[in-house]
Amino acid sequence: MKPKKKAEKIVFQSENDVPMMPMSIGSMLYNKTGAWRNIRPVIDNSNCIQCGICWKFCPDVAIKIVDEFPVVDLDFCKGCGICAEECPSKCIAMVEEEK
Amino acid sequence: MKKVIMGNHALSWGAQLGRAQVIAAYPITPQTQVVELLSEMCANKTLDAKFIKVESEHSAMAACIAASIAGARTFTATSAQGLALMHELLHWASGGRNPVVMGNINRAMAPGWSIWTDQNDSLSQRDTGWMQFYCSSNQEVVDTVIQAFKVSEAVMIPSMVILDAFALSHTYEVVDIPDQEKVDAFLPKFNPPLRLTPEDPHAFGGLTGPEHYFELRYKLQKDMEKVPDLVEQTGREYEKMFGRFLGQVEDYRCEDAEIILVTSGTAGYTARVGVDQLRQEGIKAGNLRIKMFRPFPFAKVREILSKTGRVAVVDRNISYGHHGIFYQEVKSALYGQNHDRPLFGYITGLGGRDITPETFGEIARMSLAKDKPEEDITWIGVKR
Repeated sequence: MKPKKKAEKIVFQSENDVPMMPMSIGSMLYNKTGAWRNIRPVIDNSNCIQCGICWKFCPDVAIKIVDEFPVVDLDFCKGCGICAEECPSKCIAMVEEEK
Repeated sequence: MKKVIMGNHALSWGAQLGRAQVIAAYPITPQTQVVELLSEMCANKTLDAKFIKVESEHSAMAACIAASIAGARTFTATSAQGLALMHELLHWASGGRNPVVMGNINRAMAPGWSIWTDQNDSLSQRDTGWMQFYCSSNQEVVDTVIQAFKVSEAVMIPSMVILDAFALSHTYEVVDIPDQEKVDAFLPKFNPPLRLTPEDPHAFGGLTGPEHYFELRYKLQKDMEKVPDLVEQTGREYEKMFGRFLGQVEDYRCEDAEIILVTSGTAGYTARVGVDQLRQEGIKAGNLRIKMFRPFPFAKVREILSKTGRVAVVDRNISYGHHGIFYQEVKSALYGQNHDRPLFGYITGLGGRDITPETFGEIARMSLAKDKPEEDITWIGVKR
């Protein structure tokens, strides 16, 4: 896996600094969509077969592979449950968030 | 090479000569032959493009946008209800600065269900940030598609090449098909400054807060303002290689005209016949055909209309509760130009009702008979 680029908040001083296309504006750094979550994925690594399907399916790229196991980035996971649905060994449980 | 082809096939030929790399389109009357011939061209390998079958026009434009972001030259075509279904994605293409080129066949919007021509479908997309070119002949369609790729890619703004349903889409004319090698020399490969690539990953079209959005729109308008000069320059370059010039507007016998008929689309060439007939009767008529509607060719329109007496704008469209749309636009172009001559607005030919040379004769005589218009819309040919 390629190392991820470190994103930084981009501040534009004038329109000359703004890219022509609305791309990599940097807004996702401070817009932490994990706050929207009601249910949270909890991964049981003892049953994980390290297939990477959850990593591939996550629509928010909120799953990273760390030491060959999936780890959820809770700053950005919205709790959609797609990872749990797609996991072939059913080792991801969706657990209700508590206040 | 000269060929007798229909207007729809002229669009397909333009896309093939322009070496479109991705085509995603959904068939709709009266555009179907555009897609049919393009799919044949892809199957026969005369066009090396990926042809993507889609389930709707919304998806067709979405596919074109995605391919364009990845750096492919893209083409699609649609009409009326299909164009309306694409509306959301039209904003996405221009806002995302994806230079998609699309053919649109002007067909009246339903209901009542219609397949015949008028301009309300494309004019309803006026403010989406697309360039719009209204064509009058099949030759112009082929030449315009090739030049549209060049202009669109230079400013990274999508463009619509527009032709009237049946009056042009299904009319066969002799077309000089340009040589492929010459077109390749005129139109180099698409090489966007920014693109989606694994080598340099970026997120496109993401959340853009009030601190950035405004500047993106400012830049779109600033680049749109470059288009009139660019169209002129590209047209001259094309003329040098192919012997035909296409500009922002086309004027016919306007120099000494006491009445100029402002038209667009195929009605523009019908108006020329009307002008000749009027001249035989001793009425000095002229025709200004507006080819480029967005961006609006302010300078050219002001220059040509400042030479004349009266102006009659003939619209095959209407903005309900306002006036004919070209009439609005011409009025706005002439505001503050020390222009006190009467401006007449006519609406005719909605839903594909015929516009004939005699229609223009009637309009010219009506405009000369009154000192100023009695109302902003004069209806021609409506049964009442």
